Amino acid sequence: MTAAVRAAGLRVSLGGATILHDIDLTVADGEVVGLLGANGSGKSTLVRSLVGVVPTERGTVELLGSPLGRSVPWHRVGYVPQRAGAATGIPATAREVVVSGSLHGRRLRPARDARARAHEALELVGLAHVADRAVRELSGGQQQRVLIARALVRSPDLLLLDEPVSGVDLPSQHAFAAALGRLVDSGTTILVVLHELGVLAPLIRRAVVLRHGAIVHDGPPPRPVGEHAAPDHDHEHPHGDLAAADTGPVVLQPDVRWRG
Amino acid sequence: MTVVDEVVGMLGDPLMQRALLAALLVGLAAPVMGTYLVQRRLSLLGDGIGHVALTGVALGWLVGNIMGLTPHDALAVPGAVVAAIIGAVAIELVRERGRTSGDVALALLFYGGIAGGVLIISQAGGTNANLMGYLFGSISTVSQGDLVLTVVLSVLVVGVGVGLRTALFAVSHDEEFARASGIPVRALNLLIAVIAALTVTVAMRVVGLLLVSALMIVPVAVAQIVTTSFHRTMITAMAIGVTVCVGGLSITYWQDAAPGATIVVLAIVLYAVVSVLRPILVRGRRHNLPEDPHLQVADDVELVP
Repeated sequence: MTAAVRAAGLRVSLGGATILHDIDLTVADGEVVGLLGANGSGKSTLVRSLVGVVPTERGTVELLGSPLGRSVPWHRVGYVPQRAGAATGIPATAREVVVSGSLHGRRLRPARDARARAHEALELVGLAHVADRAVRELSGGQQQRVLIARALVRSPDLLLLDEPVSGVDLPSQHAFAAALGRLVDSGTTILVVLHELGVLAPLIRRAVVLRHGAIVHDGPPPRPVGEHAAPDHDHEHPHGDLAAADTGPVVLQPDVRWRG
Repeated sequence: MTVVDEVVGMLGDPLMQRALLAALLVGLAAPVMGTYLVQRRLSLLGDGIGHVALTGVALGWLVGNIMGLTPHDALAVPGAVVAAIIGAVAIELVRERGRTSGDVALALLFYGGIAGGVLIISQAGGTNANLMGYLFGSISTVSQGDLVLTVVLSVLVVGVGVGLRTALFAVSHDEEFARASGIPVRALNLLIAVIAALTVTVAMRVVGLLLVSALMIVPVAVAQIVTTSFHRTMITAMAIGVTVCVGGLSITYWQDAAPGATIVVLAIVLYAVVSVLRPILVRGRRHNLPEDPHLQVADDVELVP
């Protein structure tokens, strides 16, 4: 059986600094793996080098049995980058952004059913009603869900997600976890970068933890430490808000409390 | 003489016919590539290419002179096409390497292009006045041969820009995601650069190299004030491009004014008018329904009365 992801001796340097040291990582077909670690441990760089966005200095990467490059069946791979916004110079609707996700290495013009499939993908993330709204008019959480829909439009067999629920409101997080659960049931392989397990905890059987660019744990999900471990701690801040959100439960008024 | 007679008179003038057709094609083609350049935040790329094309014009002139061709500028437009493509590819390769130095590279091309053009034209036995027609446009002297080249290049620009719009949108919108989809990002980036270079040389005769970029960028800038989708922005920009090009040229049939400058001023006036009218235009689109801009989600906090 071929592994969905196989990285061997992967070394990545950015700007002269070695970010990843000889990473060996294999994700079997149908597995759901969480990639954990502190900020700056190299989680995002690892996922980005697996999909060929960041050049590798040494080592090999295979996706769905093919070495990284033109031979990878890209139409079976979905990637959700970590980004707060998806807005650019020219306005674009959510549907247009999702349709652009239906293109891949072997298809540079959208298929006939691309619009219909984009609608389905937007429905899956609960955004069908804003399909024709400009992405820049949507909230940060909604923009993140547009990027998720863009990866789902291909019906991928392998899904690589980089902090997909950061900055997404809680109801949407649960909806996303449910959608992901259905994909897992249908056999989709998932590698997801997470700051903490959060709402995806029930799905994740195996966790890989990075520290200083090396794998320090590979096995059952570890227990969170520090204030992340607090039972009522709910982590759903976008990046940049770390200092504000990590101070624990915030009491605005005696009558207002954070929900667990 | 009535207005109708005047318009019939203008349309009956063979010189004006050629000029109007050239203006129409350029008005259609320039905003197509302009849309991608604005999307990529490379609004000034057209200017950089335009400056380099001036050196190409002078080089074409020099080669034509050496070969003893008549007229002397027979190779000026082919020279501009070659120089523009080389310049555009160079800018793209520099941009790809490191984003920080792209800005400086663009500046070097700006100055080098103009200085090279002026220096070479004097060696070719021409004068700076000869370059003026290329710097500020000379649509009234469009020849049959120019027109054929304009038609061919415009069809190519519109064909690629519209035919591959989803792929070009994908690389312009999110290059990282496109790369992670196995899309040939580099080839498409170079394609955009080359097609932008062709657009510059097409538009050169109509508005001149110094104002080429305006025709690519300003219609897009006007369109995106009132649109919400990429597709609509491009279509609207094309309509605006055609309108200002044909309108501006027609004005100069009756009023003695430089066509290129008239077209660009018209486009910028349009930008100002649309900016002011935006509240009215946008409200019309929203069907006058008051819409809650907030998300329909539960509170993060529990409010106890």
